[in-house]
Amino acid sequence: MSVAYSDVRELKGPLLVVGDVDRVGWDEFATLEVAGAPDRHGLVLEVDEDLAVVQVLEGTDGLSPGGVWVRFEGRPLHVRVGTDWYGRVCNGRGEPLDGGPPVAGVARPVSGWPLNPTHREPPREPVLTGVSVLDTLTTLVRGQKLPIFSVPGLPHLALATQVAGRATTAGEGFRVVFAGMGLTHADIGYVRDRLEERSAAGELVLLLNAADDPVIERILTPRIALSVAEELAFGHGDDVLVVMSDMTSYAEAVREVAAARREIPARRGYPGYLYSDLASLYERCGRIHGRAGSVTVVPVLTMPGGDLTHPVPDLTGYITEGQVVLAPEVHARGVYPPVDVLSSLSRLMRSGAGPGRTRDDHLPVAAQVLAALARAREAAELGELVGVSALSDTDRAYLAFRGVVERDLFAQTDDEGRSLVDSLTRAWSALAVLPRRELTMLSAAMVAEHLPAATAPPDDPDDPDDPDGPDDPDDTDDDRAGDAEDGP
Amino acid sequence: MELSTGRVSRVNGPLVEVLGLDGVAMAEVVRLGPQRIAAEVVGLAGARATLQAYEYTGGLRPGDHAEATGDRLAGLLGPGLLGQAFDGLLRPLSGAPVWLSPDRPDIVSDRRWHLEPAVEVGAEVRPGDLLGTVPEAGPVVHRFLVPAAVSGTVTWLTADPVLLSEPAVRVGDVAVPLGERWPVRVPRPFTERLGDVVPLHTGQRVLDLVYPIARGAAAAVPGGFGTGKTLLLQQIAKWSEADVIVYVGCGERGNEMAEVLTELAQVPDERTGGRLVDRTVIIANTSNMPMMAREASIHSGIAVAEYYRDMGYDTVVIADSTSRWAEALREFANRTGELPAEEGYPATLASELAAFYERAGLVTTLGGRTASTTVIGAVSPPGGDMSEPVTTATQRFIRSLWLLDRDLAYARHYPAVSWAGSFARDADAIGAWHAAQGDPGWAARRASATAILAEADRLASLAEVIGTASLPAHERMVLLGGRLLRETVLQQNALSPEDGRCSPAKGAALLTAVLDVIDACQRLVARGVAATTVEETDLADLIRVREEVGPADADGVSRRRDEVLARLEALR
Repeated sequence: MSVAYSDVRELKGPLLVVGDVDRVGWDEFATLEVAGAPDRHGLVLEVDEDLAVVQVLEGTDGLSPGGVWVRFEGRPLHVRVGTDWYGRVCNGRGEPLDGGPPVAGVARPVSGWPLNPTHREPPREPVLTGVSVLDTLTTLVRGQKLPIFSVPGLPHLALATQVAGRATTAGEGFRVVFAGMGLTHADIGYVRDRLEERSAAGELVLLLNAADDPVIERILTPRIALSVAEELAFGHGDDVLVVMSDMTSYAEAVREVAAARREIPARRGYPGYLYSDLASLYERCGRIHGRAGSVTVVPVLTMPGGDLTHPVPDLTGYITEGQVVLAPEVHARGVYPPVDVLSSLSRLMRSGAGPGRTRDDHLPVAAQVLAALARAREAAELGELVGVSALSDTDRAYLAFRGVVERDLFAQTDDEGRSLVDSLTRAWSALAVLPRRELTMLSAAMVAEHLPAATAPPDDPDDPDDPDGPDDPDDTDDDRAGDAEDGP
Repeated sequence: MELSTGRVSRVNGPLVEVLGLDGVAMAEVVRLGPQRIAAEVVGLAGARATLQAYEYTGGLRPGDHAEATGDRLAGLLGPGLLGQAFDGLLRPLSGAPVWLSPDRPDIVSDRRWHLEPAVEVGAEVRPGDLLGTVPEAGPVVHRFLVPAAVSGTVTWLTADPVLLSEPAVRVGDVAVPLGERWPVRVPRPFTERLGDVVPLHTGQRVLDLVYPIARGAAAAVPGGFGTGKTLLLQQIAKWSEADVIVYVGCGERGNEMAEVLTELAQVPDERTGGRLVDRTVIIANTSNMPMMAREASIHSGIAVAEYYRDMGYDTVVIADSTSRWAEALREFANRTGELPAEEGYPATLASELAAFYERAGLVTTLGGRTASTTVIGAVSPPGGDMSEPVTTATQRFIRSLWLLDRDLAYARHYPAVSWAGSFARDADAIGAWHAAQGDPGWAARRASATAILAEADRLASLAEVIGTASLPAHERMVLLGGRLLRETVLQQNALSPEDGRCSPAKGAALLTAVLDVIDACQRLVARGVAATTVEETDLADLIRVREEVGPADADGVSRRRDEVLARLEALR
């Protein structure tokens, strides 16, 4: 057994400085024996000759110099990984919470190794989630990292668990590793409830660091989750979906350690290496040439103040392959999931959807729906200024389109799974509200094949301003003339 | 020379301090610990050397062995670079293991190359002269040149295939190996910088027609996340008319690098008949790879480009993203305790950026060839804040700025190059070049397009207040014209085989077509046709023509223009 060092020189925030150590390596794992209390754990942040700075995962409350013995493990933290993890519930450090024995398996370093990019297989197969707005407009792809940006109070956990519970690729279900960081007990209960089916089937791994659990422990939680997922995917051939929530709590733990070390902060007190730190987590998704499994990562984060430029969502957005943004305005209109589709994007959609992946018309339809929504937003802004009745017929058609697409395509219940065919049919029906000349992104052949023949009238019948609006009659005549010319 | 050894005294992530390395020089490479991790000297104070390590230092301990190498950070340049992927230190990734742990063995290529001599024994040669060529897989001829410091009489030429490390030629009594170890931070020498302005055709209309770049110039592409920065750079990598492309993935996504590798291997290069990958060198230092190697990757990339420039090729270095490189500088400066300037970045940020962008240039090489290195750097401003230090400092050192606009990207206007915020300082000179090449209308078309776009923007904000219907007819036509320009000319569908790239002729035809249609619309309203009638005329076939005719089919565009004009003339 290794030597225990007791010469604690300094205790500060989550940090402990121990002296007189011999040959301790950087990033080693350490166990702290505390008189009359459970062991604590730590990671070496710096070694300078015989001094080692240790970050204590459980915090330093109650520790005093003279009452702690530090043992170094001689190597960075390893975690045992393998299929024994299925069905287990552990704390943020990977210790069982379910009364079972410690999880057995092969030991792997929690920080993992970078995957050689030349061995990566570019993600190609769509993951169908049964959520129309995601499947149609921001298709998730096997091996992708696609975060959910939310604000407190929105149903991001409902959406994340709906995806986790229903995601399939080529008809096969996913295994799910859920890493909870700083979640309230109510949220944890909700997550367990929502993923009951996966859990009962032995397809779920839960790692839970609650809001009242040690903060610094959160730094470890996603790393353990990803190490477990990597082995299940690339060692065992499973398709694994890793949901990590809430990344903002994780980043706050990183910031706390940086502040205790008096590091020079970059933006909003977060350390300059937050990008690389987050990347070391998110980049562990993917697929490998010649191996069956995949790791798909869905981080969930709440944007403080709903601010998309806050460092956590901002840096996340730079690393991940797109983002799904939830918006309070959409939530307020009663639409679930409240996705702000114009801010959302799946960068890998172009390789995971379309001919041979989903359906030939999928990508053009998605592009057309988004372009039309962008135009509808402009029309709505204009309408607020000048009154809807002063808008052109075309602009009013766009407004009507927006209502239909939100009602029929985007909104669904949090336990409903829709097929992609159903979703695309709904998208075409909504597009039918627009005049044909506006569908510039769809080929004539696609329009002929998919556009419903009987279209709803472009004028919104619900709009009371419409028939008696103050537009000059000439304008209306011109509209008719234009339409007539378009006819044949 | 005796190489000194020392012992590690302190480890703080990539920052390592070593005692007892006598005679070690700044920027020298030192090997650390049992895994012989590469590190570079960045500070010397008495017996203590401060190093930045290029690998994960987990497990490295005070007391571990450190060994000076006498070398600066260098990459091995030679045949076999094209079509392959390397890490930031120019070590091959293609044959490396799946997981990149620091203890992986260095890969030494055992491939032998056949030299086809261009000189005979007895020839007098000077630096940059052609010694021979080495056949490679692709169409780019590898020219084996006399290195910069060597001249004299050729005394021996190999007859057998040689390894990169083996001498292929003797000049006087100097053995010249086929592969050249070059310290990547040092610019490769050339005879003189040329002031000529020759455009680099990128195949992207918004760049070629509105914000062009000259060969040997530098451009920056700032854009928040989700603005399509990487896709635009990949399109440039695929379609620009350069001989050699060096694509540096610096702190970016692994899946993207995989995508680039896979895609380039599939796409044929119509200009040469080979595959695009055969003219491309990929340097991949993804965001989860060691941070300090990210810092080196930019220099490695440009050194490779300069190597091919010296052979007489037009090269393009694409660095995605320089912000990640700057972050690596910041990260390390913070660890060494350097006083920060803006936002924690070191005070040297601007000079480091200048040193990088200034390695671009159109030059006469040592061997008398005219060749260029064009540098295109992506910038990822945090929070989309264009006033942050990397973005602002970069703008001082570049000739073209392609600013990506989030609102355009959200409206799925790709490439989301803002016509209001971008600039091209060589646009006038490039207009003169086009005029000299027989297209005197280039500059006028560009001027008309930018004027209509700017006027349309102004009118659009006015229309938001008073409504479009209140604008006079000719202004409504400007709004329509702005839309046609955006959707027909500026937007380009990267996924479309017809529209993904655009020849100069097709680009010119599209712009001419739209300008002609706008003129026709103005004439219609001037003779009393109602603006609404014109606005509601179906012009979708004009917009779609870019995707319906081939990438070089200017005639197809002109025919479509004539159809549209005929239809418009029929309005009354």
